[in-house]
Amino acid sequence: MFSWDLLANAVVAGLLLGGFYAAVSLGISLIFGLLDIANIAQPAFVILGAYATYVTNTAYGLDPILAGVLFTPLFYLVGAGVYRIYYGAFERRGDEALRGLVFFFGVLFIIEVSLSMKFGVDYRLVQAPYIGKSIDLGGGVGIAYRYLVPCVVGVAMTLVLYLFLGRTFYGRAIMAVSQDQLALRLMGANPVQIKTIAFGIGIAAASLAGALLISIAPVIPSTDRDYIGRMFAITVLGGMGSIGGTLLAAVILGVIESLMSTFFGPSWSLAVSFGILLAALAVRPAGLFGR
Amino acid sequence: MRRTVGTLLVGLAVIAAGVLVATLRVNPYLYFAGYVILQYVVIATAWNILGGYGGYVNFGTPAFFALGAYTAVFLIRSIKAPLPVLILAGGLVAALLGLGIGYLTLRLRGTFFSIATLALSVVLQTVIINWEYVGGSRGISVIRPSGPPFGNYVVFLFTVMVALAVIAVLVARFIERSWIGRGLAALRDNEEAAECMGVPTLRLKLFATTVSGFLLGVAGAPFPYYVTFVEPNSAFALDYAVNALAMPMIGGTTSWIGPVIGAVLLGTAQQLATVTISSEMNLFIVGVVLVAFVVLAPEGILGLVRKLRGH
Repeated sequence: MFSWDLLANAVVAGLLLGGFYAAVSLGISLIFGLLDIANIAQPAFVILGAYATYVTNTAYGLDPILAGVLFTPLFYLVGAGVYRIYYGAFERRGDEALRGLVFFFGVLFIIEVSLSMKFGVDYRLVQAPYIGKSIDLGGGVGIAYRYLVPCVVGVAMTLVLYLFLGRTFYGRAIMAVSQDQLALRLMGANPVQIKTIAFGIGIAAASLAGALLISIAPVIPSTDRDYIGRMFAITVLGGMGSIGGTLLAAVILGVIESLMSTFFGPSWSLAVSFGILLAALAVRPAGLFGR
Repeated sequence: MRRTVGTLLVGLAVIAAGVLVATLRVNPYLYFAGYVILQYVVIATAWNILGGYGGYVNFGTPAFFALGAYTAVFLIRSIKAPLPVLILAGGLVAALLGLGIGYLTLRLRGTFFSIATLALSVVLQTVIINWEYVGGSRGISVIRPSGPPFGNYVVFLFTVMVALAVIAVLVARFIERSWIGRGLAALRDNEEAAECMGVPTLRLKLFATTVSGFLLGVAGAPFPYYVTFVEPNSAFALDYAVNALAMPMIGGTTSWIGPVIGAVLLGTAQQLATVTISSEMNLFIVGVVLVAFVVLAPEGILGLVRKLRGH
């Protein structure tokens, strides 16, 4: 029995999920897509953001989104620090390919294990007035606020980053560093400083993405593994560093995953993102909107 | 030729020593822990054939290991196959997967290859979770065959692992000393240049991924009999991925002895930490040691030793 209600619900849920996936992938789109730094620890930073939100929400009853925004400066500094270590130990020596990758894998592991030592492996969730309510669109289709809010914030983040990269001095400098570092150096700008800023922004985005993540569903320390594939699938599919492409790829992935989990069961939805990633890597590494 | 025979004799001596240890009847826990450390010797050595010699970082170690383990589960359930068959079959199936990722290197290099292997591990885990015959997400109990050739079953498995570790290290040593190892080193340093100089890069990569996959599958095949309960989360544990690259990185990736040193040191430290502190603490230690080594001592312990000798 095929149900149109079910299909409509799945598509709407997928579109909303897509906005949220865009928020999660923006950081890696900036760091991996534009700077070409294989930061596979990015999902761990997102989970770190989720737990920071959890702590402030349970202790002070702070709104999760607000908590995520408040943590961005701290995450920016952490990101800038991590990049400095990465630059000093690997990039300067031209050794980033093998050992840089292993470095970030280690960072991912340390964050994940630290969180499970501190908080255990119980599911953690946050409280907010809008979580648990939904709007009825009629015809059996509804929108849950816990999906709507992250989607709106995700789209807003995409827009802000898009405008930042295109309109501001530092944004354009980041685009320049991704195109030609030597030319930038000849113009008298310091590529390392620009990359530090960009990396910091990418990690700061993870803080807000983490807040959205824990608003949507409860989180455990190993949730980051589910997002490694999604993030990289979206970044590659969106065309490595194209911010608009990231949003579109995120929505496509969201809809496909939502359809899969509605019609085949949720245990298959994860395989979809990784399957798309493998296919995208094998068939068209430049992505749908490759430069 | 004489050197090869000598090496083989050393290998046989190590296996004999393993059998001797097995007859000693010390604290049974030591065999239990020793098995894990030896298993990591196999895993680290296998990873290093592709990662250390060839420069392709494989994050998908759990996929190969679990493929070996689940091939064994399948054969135990369907035809009650004996252990040597399980090991060989586990290795062959994982070798096929290795050949597959070898062809992936045609399109994907560096980071993209690594991310693809990570993805592979998750896809395979999803397949296993949805495959009820081998236990699905709930897992499956495996009954050990009664009456092992000697000792109790854990002691027997320990001896088997000694032999597998020796074989893995001999294979790695052979590859390193032959033209294959030199070819892999050439493509690790500069793949385009190696290709231009007439190094058969594709054939070498396929060889390395297949052999590496085979040995990882071999390491996983006795796993069901060791734990007697196999479930996806333990067979696909991220610990294998981290350890597989941490151990060679800590020991030193350019020589066969590096992964062995790393596996023995880190494996022993983990076993001690698990017993004395907690299993999460042992993973934390691996992460910190890994990051510290790649930042401060990129050539691993072998590199440190070389530096000390040089100055």
